[in-house]
Amino acid sequence: MFEKALVGSKRYWTLIFVLLGIIFAGFITYLFQLKIGLGITGMSRDVSWGLYIGQFTFLVGVAASAVMIVIPYYLHNYKKFGRIVILGEFLAVAAVTMCLLFIFVDMGQPMRIFNVILHPTPRSILFWDAVVLSGYLLLNILIGWNTLHAEYKGAPPPKWIKPLIYISIPWAISIHTVTAFIYQGLPGRHFWLTAIMAARFLASAFSSGPALLLLLALLVRRYTSFDPGREQIQSVAKIVTYAMIVNFFFFLLELFTVGYSQIPGHLHPFKYLFFGLEGHGRLVPLMWISVLLAVFSIILLVIPPTRRNETTLTVAAASVFLSLWLDKGFGLIIGGFVPNPFERVFEYWPTLPETIITLGVWAVGFLVLTVLYKIVISVRESVGYEEVAH
Amino acid sequence: MGMDRREFLRLAGLTCIGIGVGGAQLFVRARIASSEFAPTDERLNAERWAMVIDLRKFRTEEDYQRVIDACHRIHNVPKMPDPEDEIKWIWTEDFEHSFPGQMNPYVPPEIEEKPILLLCNHCTNAPCTRVCPTKATFKRPDGITAQDYHRCIGCRFCMAGCPYGARSFNWRDPKKFVKDPNPEYPMRGPGVVEKCTFCVERLEKGKRPACVEKSNGAMLFGDLNDPNSEVRRYLAEHFSIRRKPELGTQPAVFYIIGGEDHV
Repeated sequence: MFEKALVGSKRYWTLIFVLLGIIFAGFITYLFQLKIGLGITGMSRDVSWGLYIGQFTFLVGVAASAVMIVIPYYLHNYKKFGRIVILGEFLAVAAVTMCLLFIFVDMGQPMRIFNVILHPTPRSILFWDAVVLSGYLLLNILIGWNTLHAEYKGAPPPKWIKPLIYISIPWAISIHTVTAFIYQGLPGRHFWLTAIMAARFLASAFSSGPALLLLLALLVRRYTSFDPGREQIQSVAKIVTYAMIVNFFFFLLELFTVGYSQIPGHLHPFKYLFFGLEGHGRLVPLMWISVLLAVFSIILLVIPPTRRNETTLTVAAASVFLSLWLDKGFGLIIGGFVPNPFERVFEYWPTLPETIITLGVWAVGFLVLTVLYKIVISVRESVGYEEVAH
Repeated sequence: MGMDRREFLRLAGLTCIGIGVGGAQLFVRARIASSEFAPTDERLNAERWAMVIDLRKFRTEEDYQRVIDACHRIHNVPKMPDPEDEIKWIWTEDFEHSFPGQMNPYVPPEIEEKPILLLCNHCTNAPCTRVCPTKATFKRPDGITAQDYHRCIGCRFCMAGCPYGARSFNWRDPKKFVKDPNPEYPMRGPGVVEKCTFCVERLEKGKRPACVEKSNGAMLFGDLNDPNSEVRRYLAEHFSIRRKPELGTQPAVFYIIGGEDHV
């Protein structure tokens, strides 16, 4: 089946080579980081995690694209999602691949990474995160590849795949919960010390993942002969709508607790992010853009005509994605470190090498995604897609 | 030289077995070597090491600098040119930022302006050792929060976990920035976290921590579980505070700020 990825149009190969070019640039810059140390990034003694860990956190959310399609299809027998369930699973594969790479490039001593396995430490949440993320990656590769292969051969998928699909549902919940636990259990970080963090992670994941999936489905329809289907896209749009509203509601809950209790330690990170603190406010525009995009996207998604219109829907999905990228990929991490444990403000901003490495990892993800989607589409083009009972 | 496929496979197989056996042996030997380690006779022992810092006895800037230099020199702590890369084991900070939340606008100016000496608190319930995914930072039975520079993977989870900002990361290779290296203490490479260790290497040789030794009695070091120890007697006589006690980490560094003489 993989041979389908080795033949393609000129446009396909152009995309592949552009991505390879970005990966190469990222790789060379990573070698530079390996030589000099993480000092080439904008991180410091005070803000000791930055863009890399932010991307990791955000992309764990994107991996939820799979479960939000798997649940309706396999648990509620919503057959229409049969057309796109594989797109969700393969997007999860690409997203988790990026997650693991972002953790890797953030390591000070990457050659010692297997110490996590050599000295397993169950009391560390990072240990569990490595377990659930690699498990989720494996599950989605197995499920996606085997169901597609069965489709290619015109046979029903193997029986043993069914239990794995059911396991993948709580497993998807676990990756968000465990990732939130990395942050929400630390005694000295007021911004993160909130019980709603895991719940908010889930809500934002269930909106950002399907939002990207929706955009990809529209792209697939425009550039290939495979149509993921109008009704399918509309159903994903409804999922994004609900999840985004819940996410925004949870955000307001945070604001209330912090704003009404007015405990300084809890208030300061919010002040820093949205208004600036002690004359420092580098993240203020980003955070307001994130909030405005969230409100704007919810308006577009809630009003039926703008949700049904695919042009405004595209704008809404892109707004959801960008809003949550700013919120989780940036604000969430930096807000935990500013102000620092001494209540002093030291700011963070990514450097150019750090940005190139980040783009390189994103390019790896998109390369994986492009190749997997190419296989799906070629298989569908050659055998056609029929809705079958599973 | 001619070699057919079968011969090649045979040789390759044997090589793999050889490497495997050799590797396993090395591993076993390393285990034996580490179990042969035994404490020395002159070693200082305690059930729970703790420190008392009497800030009333720190009067001049020189008093602070003397203990900071003593520590940083023997532990090869580099002086990084960029403040973002700063590495510090023991340093000063003002009262307001050392004890956030305990400041009010009416504290006497001599306390408001007083530099507070800060270092790792060697918490009984340390969040850093709880979050470390490789046990590179761990609690010793005597209460010291130790750090293994050779196991640390540089994930910096401990830095996010520490509520006291006591941990530094080697963002760059520190070797160039150590002026007068002490060959007795390991030099760190880039990509690992480090911090104060209550001078475990000195305790092993029967010496108290370097800062305590150089403090002219302003810093005390002893066993918190021994009611007759110097630290316990001092704490029984003077009102002391700890940093962020509300977090339940149980810091083992106690501060005597002063003021009770006026009561």
